[in-house]
Amino acid sequence: MDTDLMLRVYPFFLEAALVTIQLSVLTALLGLTMGALGAAARLSRFGVLRFIGAAYVSVFRGTPALIQLFILYFGGPQVGIQLEAFEAGVIGLGVNVGAYMTETIRGAIISIDKGQREAARTLGLSQFQGFYKVTLPQAARLMVRPLGVNLNMLIKSTALVAAISVVELTYTAQRYIGSTYKPFEMFLLAGILYIIIIYTTGRAVAWLDRRVQIT
Amino acid sequence: MGLDFTVIPKYLDIVLLGGLWTIGITVAAALLSFFGGILFAVIALYAPAMIRWPFKVVEFVFMGTPLLLQLFLIYFGLVQIGVDLPAFVAGVIGLGLHFAVYNSELIQTAILSVDKGQMEAARTVGLSRSQALRKVVVPQAVRAVIPPIGNNMIALLKDSALVSVIGVSELTLSAQRAIGATYRPFEFYLLAAAFYYVINLCMEWVQRRIERRISLSR
Repeated sequence: MDTDLMLRVYPFFLEAALVTIQLSVLTALLGLTMGALGAAARLSRFGVLRFIGAAYVSVFRGTPALIQLFILYFGGPQVGIQLEAFEAGVIGLGVNVGAYMTETIRGAIISIDKGQREAARTLGLSQFQGFYKVTLPQAARLMVRPLGVNLNMLIKSTALVAAISVVELTYTAQRYIGSTYKPFEMFLLAGILYIIIIYTTGRAVAWLDRRVQIT
Repeated sequence: MGLDFTVIPKYLDIVLLGGLWTIGITVAAALLSFFGGILFAVIALYAPAMIRWPFKVVEFVFMGTPLLLQLFLIYFGLVQIGVDLPAFVAGVIGLGLHFAVYNSELIQTAILSVDKGQMEAARTVGLSRSQALRKVVVPQAVRAVIPPIGNNMIALLKDSALVSVIGVSELTLSAQRAIGATYRPFEFYLLAAAFYYVINLCMEWVQRRIERRISLSR
């Protein structure tokens, strides 16, 4: 193993890891927003909204994220959408992971017993109050763990933006593999940083999950 | 520039051929990940500690890093140690191993949840430990995890798009070839997405049928 080389190039990997973290945070925020909107649409009273929500989930979960990213970044200019690679990465991945988060959030909400809602109505709360004060707080507790799984997947999927030349961890590793012919060393450097990011996030989610449990 | 879908028919055969390669690579990698997953699960649960621990470290690394990075390691790493595999084979190995690790997690849980009495009964009727595993415990465990493994296989189909990056001429790369000739990325990536979506729907349909058969025979 060529440790001299690894010591020489690791600062570039650290810099790239920061980009990966930025991408992950922004994508997660957009994904959560899309997930909340998607779940609201899928649970809506209006048939049109339910259809739009279902179509969003089906199409974005049914095609590769890489292709979605390519349509947005390379195809966008043809329909008047011109984005920087980083912006396209955040929007493309965020909308993609939002489809998965829609199902997570919806699943948690519908698993709360109907009786809870009915009891809230009986006590004189409006339908809106019943949802915000009774159903949602209980559903939020159930969401933490599965959203953590979505987050883990999201962090790994940020590697895809290497294909549209965003200089993040995987792109950096790929570039140094090409110029040094040391794939194992470069994989090790990038891999350690990914594992640190993913492990830390996983611990944070587990901590949050413990905090919000009642039992 | 606008959109012009009339360019598609001329290049449809290239993209269709790419679609066939995508199906081929998905089936090959799915088989590798299924049997690899069973093997990995048995190693993780029953192998001696000297094999088990290094193995678990490798599993941890595979689950904590992106598939794209692993594909680069396998494709360029094999060349470095003098094994010059065609991109297709490297792609199948990369996808197959990646999902074998995820399948192995599922199968381990399932093996542990098979009643202990099954193993004891098998030993009582004279089977050796490895025979009991192979003929009694593992088959029951695998049946129980077929639905979640199906989900992994659908994820595998979508992740197979990544092997275009190491130069396998599947659906994504074929679309890119057509784009290289026509400069129409939107149209051809949309076409590729449509193909993926159709294959995906077919896989979901098969999965539902299998699930129904399993739940009937219980």
